Parts: sequence; structure tokens; C-alpha cells
Amino acid sequence: MKARITVTLKTGVLDPQGKAIEAALKSLGIAGIEGVRQGKVFDLEVAAADSASAQETLKAACEKLLANTVVENYAIEIA
Amino acid sequence: MHAAIVVFPGSNREADVARALRLSGAKVSMVWHADTALPAGTDLAVLPGGFSYGDYLRCGAIAGRAAAMDAVRAHAARGGLVLGICNGFQILCESGLLPGVLMRNVDRRFICHRQTLRVERTDTRFARAYSAGQVIDVCVAHGEGNYFADPDTVARIEGEGRVAFRYCDEAGQTTVAANRNGSLNSIAGIYSEKANVLGMMPHPENFVEGLIGGTDGRGLFESLAA
Repeated sequence: MKARITVTLKTGVLDPQGKAIEAALKSLGIAGIEGVRQGKVFDLEVAAADSASAQETLKAACEKLLANTVVENYAIEIA
Repeated sequence: MHAAIVVFPGSNREADVARALRLSGAKVSMVWHADTALPAGTDLAVLPGGFSYGDYLRCGAIAGRAAAMDAVRAHAARGGLVLGICNGFQILCESGLLPGVLMRNVDRRFICHRQTLRVERTDTRFARAYSAGQVIDVCVAHGEGNYFADPDTVARIEGEGRVAFRYCDEAGQTTVAANRNGSLNSIAGIYSEKANVLGMMPHPENFVEGLIGGTDGRGLFESLAA
């Protein structure tokens, strides 16, 4: 089954890249953007009997590698 | 002193740190990241600078889970010495051997310059050749050296006196201008609880010979080899 993991910076963690992107958008004349936070998206193919076991596998993937939980949150979506 | 330098795909400072260690009298071997053990008799495991795995995912994230890191973790748990420099510091944080994380520099630039550091402790195996509060002149070269941890962790590190070095000006003052990557509390390097693991962003191995421009990095390697 297909899954998508989204990793984002926790609230309060400084995101210099997001700030740079925000400034670049402003310089392109795109008005009205009040904040940018950059994150990562992982699309995964999971071999699992059901979505509960896929969820378990994906949680382990996030905790052990895909997210650094000191500064990042993750969200798992199973298609 | 027998030092084992762990080389990952993308490490590039292993030869420099080997040279610095040998100059101080250490015996040096290289260990490949896929090896599952350190050489018998290893006193010190070293994680050198560079760009392991091209900094993919996060700096040090993939290297932090390499097979050799299990051996390094076991070595540290036995009280063995571990030194991580630059990317090595990032790997130590990612592997859980040190708390916190190295974030993108606050001004988003890769910084590469001479840097003065204040030696915060001299009662460790890494810094006993320095004097308390000594200001040393080394250098930094990194894009992700901005030390960050949650407030409780930072309070614990500070309370336990685990800061090894801080970015400072020539007079030893920890000014905002001297802390160019934006690290919390100007932290340039930290120790583990038992001070047998040291991670630091600056490169002491760059300054071990006068011909190259300085010798202030030598104290660290002499501390280890003594």
C-alpha cells in the first residue's frame, strides 16, 4: 500500500530556509504570504497485511530515521 | 593511545585528524562504516568531518545509524573515548550519543573562517592540556552548526557543566557577533554525561602546525595522547 509521511519543524524551532523562501516570494511580488515553514514529504510503498501493521512500520521508520524528534514532528497518511 | 577513525562515504577530514593524532604520538587505524567492530585495543573512536552520505535527509542522520556506530555506541557505553568533529558532532547528535541537534546556520550561509573558542573545562581527557578559560584560535567550516536543544536539555547540559567550548571573541567574551552560526548559549562543543564523548563543530585538527597557520588545536590531541 502507498503511504505519505510529512515531516515538519516543531513550533518555535527557527527555520532559516523557510525565512529565505518567504523573502524570495516577497521579492517575486507575491503578496500576502505571512510565513513559510519548510518540511519534507516521503512517499513510501509498504508491504503490509493491513493498515494497522503499516502504521506500526511507518511509525518505526519515522522514529528511527525519517524525523529527528528533537526538532521535527511527523504525520503518517496511508492511502 | 590507539585511535580508530570511522570513515563514512563522504567523510573528507579523516587524513587531517589522523595526522593531528599521529603528531601527538597516537597510533591510528581507519575503520570503514560497514565494519561491525572497532580494532582490539581502541582507546578513542573518532568521527571525522565531511559530508557523510552527502548530508542526505539530515546532516549525520544516515551515518548515525551505520553498522560501525553500534560499535562506537558500545565503546562509549564501556567508558571508551569518542571524539566527533564537525560532521562527526552532527553524527553523535543523530546517533543519540549526545543530546540536541545541529541546525542550519542562522544566516543560512556556509561559514568558513578563523574562530576563537573559550575552553570551558580542563578536567577532561580532551582538554587537560589547556588552561581554564583559555581562548584558542582554530577555525570552523560548516553550513549546519547551529546547536539547538529544548530548554530542559540545555538547562541540564549547562547545569552539569557539559559545555566543552563556546564561540567567543579574542578577549574570551561570548558575543552575538562571535557566535556566527547562532548556536544556543554560543555552544561550540559538548560532552556526554561522563565526559568520555566530545562533539564539537570547530576543527582543532586544522591547527596543529605553525606552517599551516596555528597550533592551538594541538592541545586537544596532546590531551588525548598524554
